[in-house]
Amino acid sequence: MPETKDVETNMPGEAADLILPTHQQAASLKSKDLLSIEHLDASEINLILDTAHHFKEISERPIKKVPTLRGKSIINLFFEPSTRTRMSFEIAAKRLSADIQSISASTSSLVKGETFIDTARNIEAMYPDLLVVRHAFPGAAHMLAEICSAGVINAGDGAHEHPTQALLDALTIRDHKGNIENLRVVIFGDIAHSRVARSNIHCLLKLGANVVVAAPPTFMPCNIEELGVEAFDRLEPALEGADVIVALRIQLERGGKLSFPSLREYFNLFGLGRDRLALAKNDAIVMHPGPINRGVEISSEVADGPQSVILDQVSNGLAVRMAVLYLLAGIGPAKNVKTAA
Amino acid sequence: MSKLLLKGGRVIDPVQGIDKTADVIIDGGLIESVDSDLDINGANVLDVSGCIVAPGFIDMHVHLREPGQEYKETIQTGTAAAAAGGFTGVACMPNTSPVNDHRAVTELIIERADEAGSVPVYPIGCVSVGQEGEALAEIGQLVEGGCVAVSDDGVAVATAELMRRALEYTRMFDIPVIEHCEDLSLTQNQKAPMNEGSVSTALGFKGHPAAAEDIIVARDLVLAELTGGSLHCAHISSAGALRMIRDAKGRGVNVTCEVTPHHFILTDEEVRTFDTNTKMNPPLRSKADVDAVIEALVDGTIDAIVTDHAPHHADEKALEFDLAPFGIVGLETAVPLACDRLLHRGHVTLQRLVELFSTNPARILRLGAGTLSEGTVANVTVLDLDRMATVDVSAFSSKSYNTPFDGWELKGWPVFTIVAGKVVWKATE
Repeated sequence: MPETKDVETNMPGEAADLILPTHQQAASLKSKDLLSIEHLDASEINLILDTAHHFKEISERPIKKVPTLRGKSIINLFFEPSTRTRMSFEIAAKRLSADIQSISASTSSLVKGETFIDTARNIEAMYPDLLVVRHAFPGAAHMLAEICSAGVINAGDGAHEHPTQALLDALTIRDHKGNIENLRVVIFGDIAHSRVARSNIHCLLKLGANVVVAAPPTFMPCNIEELGVEAFDRLEPALEGADVIVALRIQLERGGKLSFPSLREYFNLFGLGRDRLALAKNDAIVMHPGPINRGVEISSEVADGPQSVILDQVSNGLAVRMAVLYLLAGIGPAKNVKTAA
Repeated sequence: MSKLLLKGGRVIDPVQGIDKTADVIIDGGLIESVDSDLDINGANVLDVSGCIVAPGFIDMHVHLREPGQEYKETIQTGTAAAAAGGFTGVACMPNTSPVNDHRAVTELIIERADEAGSVPVYPIGCVSVGQEGEALAEIGQLVEGGCVAVSDDGVAVATAELMRRALEYTRMFDIPVIEHCEDLSLTQNQKAPMNEGSVSTALGFKGHPAAAEDIIVARDLVLAELTGGSLHCAHISSAGALRMIRDAKGRGVNVTCEVTPHHFILTDEEVRTFDTNTKMNPPLRSKADVDAVIEALVDGTIDAIVTDHAPHHADEKALEFDLAPFGIVGLETAVPLACDRLLHRGHVTLQRLVELFSTNPARILRLGAGTLSEGTVANVTVLDLDRMATVDVSAFSSKSYNTPFDGWELKGWPVFTIVAGKVVWKATE
């Protein structure tokens, strides 16, 4: 979608013409919200990825701005610390000419004892078009979506889901591998506390990948196989034949003092260094949702090495968020307005 | 007081082995007789033909919130809810504010119930001072004040030694120690908001494993055996706990247990809605646990059905799932849920249903009730097993309406609640 005027008009339809003929793409998203990957279907995921693919070009221009979402109001509600995701949504919104305001927990009235719902209702009363929410607890974005007529984008709810991360990961894999179907994707590390793992599992399975997870048993949530993945309690067998490796950050701030003895031991058993990387396919790519703990889950040699696509993920994050903002706030039918419970 | 005649109902009294169509005559608040075709001149006659006449149902596990949290419930509204749910008595847990670890609190509860209560209230005292798990409360004083049991409900009795002493000490008074079975180190000090299993994995919630319940049940069964004390395990929800209790009962250990309707009906799949009325402690468990609970209701491992009636203000439940308080109200839904889901589905007989709601709670708490024997206080629950109605929280007598069962259409409801010969509640047409 190289032309600004096209971006302004019927972009989804045009995007479809440029995409591989085999894959299914929805005409629009079914919900006013993006709360989880679990509740999207493959054609909706493809719509977002294809839209994102065409938005990438905007960020490569000397003038990185199109008027597509001019006059739209977006609020970033961050109830948990975040730099990368918050900034990515801010830049994405600005490149589409939307007005965006970020509110973080430390500057909101939550510290004065206002409830989440009251905060949400107050923000809703200012007529935003979209709310982007990051929250420490699962289900927070769902709660917000139920009481707000504005569209809600989940930017991470506890250890539940982080849909835009999974979408940007899928876009990155597609960029490098052409197709996601039948790839062996290994996700390893602190699966238990990871919303990225959950969203990625749903997303990659819907797109036809074989997903393998590996973690010490203390970091593996029970019955993970029921999500459709193969699970290993050592990294080496998981890596064999891998096309894609996703390292997850050890989330020390989420507790788990009893989950492993030391960072040193973790790196010894689960750190992704060159030797372990050699177990994967030669052309395997290495990903990480960031921020990375060098020398804990991944060595610097691998993080900065030729197989690493970690910075591509960040760039794609921008494109994916532009696509999601566009698809949810851009145009389309009247919103399904719900009244407060 | 004139006589009251309950005419033409099917009378069920497991204590006396009665199951027949008969009349019940009540005089001076006491059961005078149960017999066929009684015709007493001058008696008030209540036509209960087509209905079940049972000894009064007793809910041995409720939270009335008074004193201290009257914005959630009071003794007045809680007992009105009990009457409206077919209960002729409730035993209230001590985790009020202040907690019931002192005779003065016990007496206050009983006084308030006498003044404003629709049904009798049987206070349960604390095991430990302040429910802090360190020193035994003055259990002798609590019993003299009117407590019928002790419990640190809300949490488990903190240590094995304290539980041992409680089970020993209460032998003097012949009262049970009621245990909330939860190892806090496995539930992250109650920060885990739901059952650990496939659903907690999918939703990213911290999990409360059934093992947290099983471990305390195991500990307490060992201690009950050691001490000969009377152990009652509250709101059992896990298959493993039931297996151990069944085994212990088989060996003659002095143990009883109870279950709530939500634990024999709902599974943790309900949490997928993020509805905070699916958050309770113990949490909704897996399908296998629900099946095990029903099996234990059938085979007699479970002695009583209780509500764990836990009123919370709507504002408190309107929080993020992790932050919302545990618990749901149950007094006005338990009997129809049990009729619909246990009786009408053929899991239990009518006889067994009455044991679960009346005979056994009365026996466990040594109330001298739970029967229609001549000379006992005339507490009676009358059920219409064919009545169809929809749960409607807006019609609740309780101050709170935190329940996942709103809107459920159920078959089999209480129609009269009679306490000491007086009709304290009747169903609207």
